[in-house]
Amino acid sequence: MQAAHRLDAIFAALADPTRRAIIARLASGRASVTELAQPFAMSQAAISKHLKVLERAGLISRGREAQRRPRRLEAKRLEEADKWLERYRRLWEGNYQRLDALLEELKTKERKPR
Amino acid sequence: MKRAELKVTTSGDRDLVMTRVFAAPRKLVYDAHTKPELVRQWLLGPPGWSMPVCDMDVRVGGKYRWEWRKDLGGTTMGMGGVYREVAAPERLVTTERFDEAWYPGESLNTLVLVEQGGRTTLTQTMRYESREAREAVIKSGMESGVKASYDRLDEVLAATATPR
Repeated sequence: MQAAHRLDAIFAALADPTRRAIIARLASGRASVTELAQPFAMSQAAISKHLKVLERAGLISRGREAQRRPRRLEAKRLEEADKWLERYRRLWEGNYQRLDALLEELKTKERKPR
Repeated sequence: MKRAELKVTTSGDRDLVMTRVFAAPRKLVYDAHTKPELVRQWLLGPPGWSMPVCDMDVRVGGKYRWEWRKDLGGTTMGMGGVYREVAAPERLVTTERFDEAWYPGESLNTLVLVEQGGRTTLTQTMRYESREAREAVIKSGMESGVKASYDRLDEVLAATATPR
């Protein structure tokens, strides 16, 4: 997959709250489909569908252990999506640091009315 | 004081959400977003840019027009839109469209300010017309960074070039 398309797939996969919850759960360790389905009021089939989306985006993979086939997080992929956002974030952080300084000035002015 | 952290996340298919806490009452944060003489002091983008045009008719249906200029070289960038909701000092909804479209269509921007204990939490949501438009915006964060570096390289090269 091209980098741009892969990124689209990652963001699309992360757009869903259930899938984000699955990612959060896997961040604390591997888990089987049954374990992953437990906190949700959803059938295993529905959870499996979500897992497939996450797998296609490369965000998770499955282990080899025959019966359980535990899913695990592919942290590298998640970092990739994060890196893009980080660059956008830095652009705005510059603006907001200037706003911090301006607000300090405005506060001082309000305390000392002319 | 520990510097406040700017959080940028995606939400749903088309939203980009920024959250940041400011150590000031929301009235002041709102003013800084709605009074042109304040806006042009901080909304400047990368270093080396100024904001010569900052026209804002802050009322429902009113228009705004912003233009930035790069001090060195004089490159300009402009954008504008319409105020859809104006509810001082807590909520502002505007449309946004750049002169030179670097993402398809326009975005609907919602600013929400919540004050607690003299501090204000700002949430700025940008809703784009499509998922593709949002990806274009996210990726541009990198492109402008790369461009800024090249611009600096140009300056360095110009400064070190010695006439023969």
